[in-house]
Amino acid sequence: MTSAVETPMKNSHDDAGSRAAGSDGGRLALPRLKKMLREMLLIRRVEERSAQLYQQRKIAGFLHLYIGQEAIAVGANEALRPTDHIITTYRDHAFALVRGISAAAVLGEMMGREIGCAKGRGGSMHMFNKAQNFHGGHGIIGAHCPLGAGFAFASKYQGKKDVTVCLLGDGAVPNGAFHEACNLAGVWSLPIVFIIENNEYAMGTPLHKTNAVLDMTLRAQGYNMKGILVEDGSDTQAVFDAISDAAATARDFKPVLMEIRTNRFRGHSMSDPAKYRTKEQLEELKKSKDPISRLFTRLLEEGAMDDDDFKAMDEEVKAEVDAAAAEAEASPQPDPSTVGDYVYSDPVIPGKGRR
Amino acid sequence: MTTQTQAAMRELTIRDALNEALAEELERDPNVFLMGEEVGDYDGAYKVSRGLMDRFGAKRVIDTPIAEGGFAGVGIGAAMLGLRPVIEMMTFNFALQAIDQIVNNAAKMRLMSAGEYNVPIVIRGPNGPAHMLSAQHSQAMESLYAHWPGLVVVTFSNAADAKGLLKSAIRHNDPVIFLESEYNYGDKGMVPEGEYTIPLGVGDIKRPARTSPSSLGRRW
Repeated sequence: MTSAVETPMKNSHDDAGSRAAGSDGGRLALPRLKKMLREMLLIRRVEERSAQLYQQRKIAGFLHLYIGQEAIAVGANEALRPTDHIITTYRDHAFALVRGISAAAVLGEMMGREIGCAKGRGGSMHMFNKAQNFHGGHGIIGAHCPLGAGFAFASKYQGKKDVTVCLLGDGAVPNGAFHEACNLAGVWSLPIVFIIENNEYAMGTPLHKTNAVLDMTLRAQGYNMKGILVEDGSDTQAVFDAISDAAATARDFKPVLMEIRTNRFRGHSMSDPAKYRTKEQLEELKKSKDPISRLFTRLLEEGAMDDDDFKAMDEEVKAEVDAAAAEAEASPQPDPSTVGDYVYSDPVIPGKGRR
Repeated sequence: MTTQTQAAMRELTIRDALNEALAEELERDPNVFLMGEEVGDYDGAYKVSRGLMDRFGAKRVIDTPIAEGGFAGVGIGAAMLGLRPVIEMMTFNFALQAIDQIVNNAAKMRLMSAGEYNVPIVIRGPNGPAHMLSAQHSQAMESLYAHWPGLVVVTFSNAADAKGLLKSAIRHNDPVIFLESEYNYGDKGMVPEGEYTIPLGVGDIKRPARTSPSSLGRRW
């Protein structure tokens, strides 16, 4: 059981269909935890840099930051096999980074440059790395959930033992597409884990105004899924353990619905001043629920790192991000004549057939 | 017919010509599957899929709940990983429930990923008016789909074209909206024996017009 979170949510949890997962699993080895800490730091510094670039108007469009939620992307990737599929929402930079897209390609994509992972066609919300089974990056709330079920369907159809992890926010839970996907996952026993990253706000609207049931794992029973709750999503070990359990269950063709309670330290997007919580509340969250400082504290306590090690790691990451940002900025924008290049793979011209 | 010259012909309904196209493509490519409401146990609401579940099994011919957005999205996801789904909409009126999946996911995934993904899916079913069904079951959707970049829109006027075009649609690498006429499933026409396909996007001039050129029977 992870430590209880101070939250306005009522927990009407029933252990029959779900359980809380936590540190009762195997402890992660220290070198692996250090690697995960570095990944979280990279995510944090890339996000901070992208916020700067947005303020300098070098990134346009919408920009949604993952700061505060890093343990979920890193824990999920670590718990999965490289052949397992990941699909997520528009808050996708962290998953792009953990699934092998370089910081330069992530920042370049946001800036609409050729170096971007989708050559500037997708932007902040649509990053993909098919070669490493990261399938976006999707902008319509809930609508990516049936795609996730489709990946799981394809794995099963092809006789593969791959799992799909489909992430969504608490704001997507009321959407119909999510429920249709859950029902199909249950009916067809698909190897899928839906992970609800519950940061308590659908943009700026609080959870109790959007969801009839605040304990989201209760919904698992309605779809013949296993429900798993992680009360503290800033606990990297707990996230890793729970997703490891979930993936093992899904690999045996029993779909899983997970809720991971987390906090985003920034607004929904760059245009959101987040007036729905006070400065004091936010400062308290940053003190108690920062996944990076929590993991560092553990490594410190176990003697695996000291303050100087952390500073050195952070400097190294910052230098990497500086270099990536410079590389991205130096990359050209796509030639306007290529605007239609990727609309069709096999263009059919009226009256002329294929080009 | 553009690809056959001297093939032996026999008379088939449009329904049976479509059924032959599906059976041949299911036979040819294990990545092809048919998914939709009533396509399996019930043999198809309009009997286009008659006998296919018996022949190919429940793995390849998949009954779904009445949740068009959900199963269209499953098909699109499967297509992103290289399968070739044929998604049957019981009628295209119901595909409006899946329009977000079709427009925002199927049509745009290739563009947004700069070509990392193709979406080789066929979404097919009856379109247009039928007899005394009132307003919700009588819509002709072809002009709507033709306005969304990323989609290929196909329809036909006779049994031979129906078969050859459906086979091409299933082999096509982009999402194809394949519109069948609910009124005309029982229309009979001469259909060549054996394997043939009709290329998409090439007009077949059934009767030259005296004023402006027109290409009847096919759209893209």
